Amino acid sequence: MEYFLDQIINGLQLGLMYALIALGYTMVYGVVKLINFAHGDVFMVGAFVGYFGFTQWGLSVPLAVLTAMAVCSILGVIIEKIAYRPLRYAPKISVLISALGVSLFLEYFCSLKFVFGPNYRVVTRPFQEMHWNIMGVTITNIQVIVFFTVLIMLLLLQFLLYRTKVGTAMRTVSVDHDAARLMGVNVDNTISLTFAIGSAFAAAGGVLYAIAYPQIHPFMGIMPGLKAFTAAVLGGIGIIPGAVLGAIIMGQVETLTSAFLSSQLRDAIAFLILILVLLIRPTGILGRNEPDKV
Amino acid sequence: MRINSKWFVVLMVALLSLALVVSGCGGKKADDKTIKIGVMAPMTGDVKTFGESTVNGVKLAIEQAGGMAGDYKIEYVVADDRNDATEAVNAATKLISQDMVDAIVGSVTSKASIPVSKMANDSKIVMISPTGTNEKITVEDGKRKDFIFRACYIDPVQGNVAAKFALEKLNKKTAAILYDQSNDYTIGLGNSFKETFEKGGGKVTDLLAYSSTDADFNAIITNIAQKNPDIIYLPDYYQKVGLIGKQAREKGIKSVFLGGDGWDSPELDYTTMEGSYFTNHYSAEDPDPRKQDFVKLYKEKYKSVPDFCAVEAYDATNILINAIKNANSKDHEAIRKAMQETKDFKAVTDDINFDKNGNPTKSITILQIKDGKQSYMTTVTP
Repeated sequence: MEYFLDQIINGLQLGLMYALIALGYTMVYGVVKLINFAHGDVFMVGAFVGYFGFTQWGLSVPLAVLTAMAVCSILGVIIEKIAYRPLRYAPKISVLISALGVSLFLEYFCSLKFVFGPNYRVVTRPFQEMHWNIMGVTITNIQVIVFFTVLIMLLLLQFLLYRTKVGTAMRTVSVDHDAARLMGVNVDNTISLTFAIGSAFAAAGGVLYAIAYPQIHPFMGIMPGLKAFTAAVLGGIGIIPGAVLGAIIMGQVETLTSAFLSSQLRDAIAFLILILVLLIRPTGILGRNEPDKV
Repeated sequence: MRINSKWFVVLMVALLSLALVVSGCGGKKADDKTIKIGVMAPMTGDVKTFGESTVNGVKLAIEQAGGMAGDYKIEYVVADDRNDATEAVNAATKLISQDMVDAIVGSVTSKASIPVSKMANDSKIVMISPTGTNEKITVEDGKRKDFIFRACYIDPVQGNVAAKFALEKLNKKTAAILYDQSNDYTIGLGNSFKETFEKGGGKVTDLLAYSSTDADFNAIITNIAQKNPDIIYLPDYYQKVGLIGKQAREKGIKSVFLGGDGWDSPELDYTTMEGSYFTNHYSAEDPDPRKQDFVKLYKEKYKSVPDFCAVEAYDATNILINAIKNANSKDHEAIRKAMQETKDFKAVTDDINFDKNGNPTKSITILQIKDGKQSYMTTVTP
């Protein structure tokens, strides 16, 4: 029983990690209807900036996270301006290809010697790892931090979308660009802002990921990015709570597969889920038949 | 839309002339008294320290030979394979068809060497892998690749020695094995360890696979913790070892870690891996004068202690130079024949004789990580 609970906690940690990335994915999709494949690589850039922050620039951890978020939100806006905006009214497939290009560009550009370099770096944790034993189940301080970060991010996003003017603008844009423009919404700025926020969240996720699994390299964003994408689809892409739900399910499936079936099947089963969801319920768990809601 | 035909023609002409220039360059062949050696190594990526010391070792060997092999002047080119099978094929294509090398020293890892060995063999170019320990490099599907050799021992031997060491010297009875399911090197080591350990009366509690992109090992580690084995055999490269080791220690696992030559790097996480053991090609602390002389020579030139890659690359290059000297020809078949006939060549690690599969029989060194550094335990002749 304790073994089972331990594995559930492991799965929760992994799932919440995916949730950190999936939130940004799903938010951008909700507003722009674009699967931003570069999201996982923005996550990687965030991890690197955070790492430089608390190791080489001597920043405290919260400050390093904020720096990473700032850098990545600028990066997100730039990516949108250069790679997506000119294609906004082009066929969907063009934007998708552009997104893949941005993703590959970021990976290989960051691998260059004068950027981050292609090598693996070991992250020295900025704080000591602690664990508590609660009724036979081990819980670490990193798990607690990740849990609260996801919770705060989720609440912030919900608040932003439903309680602020910007949020209303975003939701309006998500329904119809032209109608939004007629209502006096600045569509370009709203979309830029969406990318800025989504990328900032990816950066926060990246720094936490680097602290939890202390090793970073320019290709670290690919797998978590794909898994988070699967999670977002599973929960219903475009639906904020759906991303967290989907991510938690993904984490549990992966961990329980490793624990009770075979660790070899882990990724196979994770992606099998993506295929099954697309076949059986393309709108995801929380999705309705009108998938245009944010 | 209308394609501007004038621009199209200009573009095509430009492309064609570029292609001509490129292929023209490729055709440049070294003159008759120069022999060209290609060095393949991961200069970047997850095991870049291996690549750096490999090139150091090769350079030192060529320098010691006075830049000559028999009547031939040695020239060398380095190609980076990033420890990636696809990159390795690209790098080998460049070495073989563009640089037109006469022999290859490389690559460092089994993962990169296996695909390259096939290409080199098909092009009839002698290749010696300094540290590729997987059997498939020289023999695949029961067929010997005649032009391929290696300077190191092979994985089954390394895995056997590790298993025997765990049973007999450490007196351990249970072990869990973790391996990367996409890496031939760790699969080979894991399997041979399992076989010998079980034959010797030990019990393998778990044989667990992960994939090379994994960063979260909590699930499999919790799995291991439940069975609490005496030993965890972790035959991966230094980066992964540190990541897994850290997560295991954080889960409170006290088992002794045991690994292979992939651990030998200054970038291994020595604090986490304290008290672990690993099998290696040599130790810089081995009192054997042959090793001490080499360590001194290397230290003078590079101001650092040579790791296994440096020493094996040095040996591999010397074996190759010796064969070219004996053949005294740059005919590839003659070099191959001379390589196969290498007899009692006094390399730093051991005396080299190739068996029919192009593998030398060699001793294996066991090291312990103690006080944050490697310390020499013993040398085993399998």
